[in-house]
Amino acid sequence: MADITISERQAGDVTILDLNGKVTIGEGSVALRTTIRRLLGEGKNKILMNLGGVGYIDSSGIGELVSSFTAVNKEGGTLKLLKLTQKIQDLLAITKLLTVFDVFDSESEALASFD
Amino acid sequence: MPETKELILPSRIESVDEAASHAEKFAKLNGFGDDLISAIDLAVRESVANAVKHGNKFDETKPVEITFSSSADGFEISVRDFGSGFALDEIPDPTNPTNLLKATGRGILFMRSFMDEVEWFNHDGGGTIVKMRKKQ
Repeated sequence: MADITISERQAGDVTILDLNGKVTIGEGSVALRTTIRRLLGEGKNKILMNLGGVGYIDSSGIGELVSSFTAVNKEGGTLKLLKLTQKIQDLLAITKLLTVFDVFDSESEALASFD
Repeated sequence: MPETKELILPSRIESVDEAASHAEKFAKLNGFGDDLISAIDLAVRESVANAVKHGNKFDETKPVEITFSSSADGFEISVRDFGSGFALDEIPDPTNPTNLLKATGRGILFMRSFMDEVEWFNHDGGGTIVKMRKKQ
């Protein structure tokens, strides 16, 4: 069974990725990287990543979030995060990455922020 | 009564999950609660990943030796690789603003954040050992 499933939805020009499972070293991180590269290749560079279903993330997974953020920025786009679990919020606080990412609890507020 | 479990795993990514799974079972058997198990799990994953990637550099002829010890005082984890070692003071601080957008380099920070004690030693027989303790 896959460590992670990534479902894709479109809300106007924003692509919402619903992540479920683990973003860890190996399969989880690779799946996220592949998805972000494909979206950027399709010209979709406004991305909202819903982490509400991510039960576990390690330093490799956090690194993949950072890589996604920088890859999207490089293409002139924006990547924002939605629905952090307490664990992920703690890890982003420890790494001071809460100062880097735009983070939302509400999907509608997150989508409005892209305008 | 202290309890100990030893594992010898190959230097591949799958060993990270395997070590974490053994650690969780061992900690549960020895009566540790969810919060401690969560910290132990993260520390095991990060230390074994470091041993596989940076220590043994994915060389499957080099094992990763892991020991879990449980006592009334807490939980100890020891992870040994067979690499050429590293200089701890040369590891960049991942929370420094100039390093925030780097994709790697946060594993040691997580180990130190979630465990009460973390120390590295050069093993006489080669390689590096990291020893970590979580107090009960």
